[in-house]
Amino acid sequence: MEAAAGECPGNLAGVQHIVLVLSGKGGVGKSTISTELALALRHAGKKVGILDVDLCGPSVPRMLRVQGRAVHQGDSGWVPVFVDREQSISLMSVGFLLEQPDEAVVWRGPKKNALIKQFVSDVAWGQLDYLVVDTPPGTSDEHMAVVDALRPYSPLGALVVTTPQAVSVGDVRRELTFCRKVGLRVIGLVENMSGFVCPHCSECTNIFSRGGGEELARHAGVPFLGSVPLDPELTRSLEDGRDFIQDFPDSPAFPALSSIAQKILSQTPAGLS
Amino acid sequence: MEEVPHDCPGADSAQAGRGASCQGCPNQRLCASGAGAAADPAIEEIKEKMKTVKHKILVLSGKGGVGKSTFSAHLAHGLAEDENTQVALLDIDICGPSIPKIMGLEGEQVRCQALWFEFLEDNLGVMSVGFLLSSPDDAVIWRGPKKNGMIKQFLRDVDWGEVDYLIVDTPPGTSDEHLSVVQYLAAAHIDGAVIITTPQEVSLQDVRKEISFCHKVKLPIIGVVENMSGFICPKCQKESQIFPPTTGGAEAMCQDLKIPLLGKVPLDPRIGKSCDKGQSFLVEAPDSPATVTYRSIIQRIQEFCSQRLPEGENLVGS
Repeated sequence: MEAAAGECPGNLAGVQHIVLVLSGKGGVGKSTISTELALALRHAGKKVGILDVDLCGPSVPRMLRVQGRAVHQGDSGWVPVFVDREQSISLMSVGFLLEQPDEAVVWRGPKKNALIKQFVSDVAWGQLDYLVVDTPPGTSDEHMAVVDALRPYSPLGALVVTTPQAVSVGDVRRELTFCRKVGLRVIGLVENMSGFVCPHCSECTNIFSRGGGEELARHAGVPFLGSVPLDPELTRSLEDGRDFIQDFPDSPAFPALSSIAQKILSQTPAGLS
Repeated sequence: MEEVPHDCPGADSAQAGRGASCQGCPNQRLCASGAGAAADPAIEEIKEKMKTVKHKILVLSGKGGVGKSTFSAHLAHGLAEDENTQVALLDIDICGPSIPKIMGLEGEQVRCQALWFEFLEDNLGVMSVGFLLSSPDDAVIWRGPKKNGMIKQFLRDVDWGEVDYLIVDTPPGTSDEHLSVVQYLAAAHIDGAVIITTPQEVSLQDVRKEISFCHKVKLPIIGVVENMSGFICPKCQKESQIFPPTTGGAEAMCQDLKIPLLGKVPLDPRIGKSCDKGQSFLVEAPDSPATVTYRSIIQRIQEFCSQRLPEGENLVGS
């Protein structure tokens, strides 16, 4: 993978494809989708890295049961935390740099930008098939910093996550504008928390409405990748740091999550260096 | 608001005016002189402006999507039901301003720049960056310093008038917006913060950071609200925990940190629908257990505020 002229290829030289997971809205499931995507790609035999640039609310370490681990300095930079013995998923998050887990990262923009640049240039990712970048909600410092830092490496694009209701879609529209403005291709839109099937009587209730994501995808002219329903087993798996893809193949959430991974896997490398 | 270089170390940092990225910045000389370290005169100006605002409440959460804006809107609606209570709702979520939609004011643009407010009822005024955007697709792609400037303007330049309750809705996190609103209201005295969470640990771990932020900046905590606390199936009436409290939920966290739990609001699909339609859920679904809980929480907040002693003193510490 070639970097921009004049820059050394650096620590992303061995990374084949970069996918950003974005949403204008908080709490729609970016970290969930990032984690499940990484697990699904691993099951497809790929080596995956996850870069968690949510500095104020780093959720991914816990979702993979590696919270509290320490990061070490190697010759090429920080060594990311490996989630499994086979070293098929590696993770970097500010969560690993905190002395206390409840310590708040109370930083203004410039300091956040500096750390994000370091996460991109100073983490020894090694050889990866995919780097999944989990982001915080919004269209601000973190997003601009990570897009700028990753630009020389031509990311595959962005997965944009929403929930069905209008209040979410309202923010996510702005995120799509952000992608357009910074030249980031939208691989597709995912509608999360799309309906809940009562485990007692199988009645489906649209707790957060339905259909807003699909309609937004149509309006904005981006591919719609699917609706992921609410599943307490999924939430519980993330709480416990379990491998949902392996443990719950019969879950109503499984088909949509698999289809998202398939879409990423089927992206051809044409046009990428 | 002047543009600052994108590696700006911050006007109040030790590197102000001295860093490599300061070269060529119009503020370089000012920062290097140490003037940035002096208190911002806006703080005193805001203190003056806020003299007519009796109570100020921040609605916070470390976590996104837990229902801060939903709660802020319904706190405003609930308080404003008494037509003798003047309520102002300020939305400082600059990148994701949800309040106009939730309050049914989407598409309204601030007609009179000098006034800055959009009035929903005679006694309920709303301000949000959302009113300054001309299209629902417009993105506010601003770095920290520019967001801080907007918040300063909201607080200093709005003609607040006589307000009983100013509710400030915030974005998730512990960053520029939160530091700025606390800094700019420092002299004006904030009654306290209501912290919103959902039951699962993924939320609580962020909320604990928010609580730690409140302690750091000496912001009193009124209490915690646990949203999305259980779901009753409309067909079979059985309860499901969609967001399971695997580590004891807000109840355990509040006991541990010795902070009041103001209430646990169950999931009701009508809440989301009301927000989408811009209506008050309290009016749309008066019999919902969620409404009952919201009203009880609002009352506890009013009681907390009424215990607040005159200027500078507070009954309940941080």
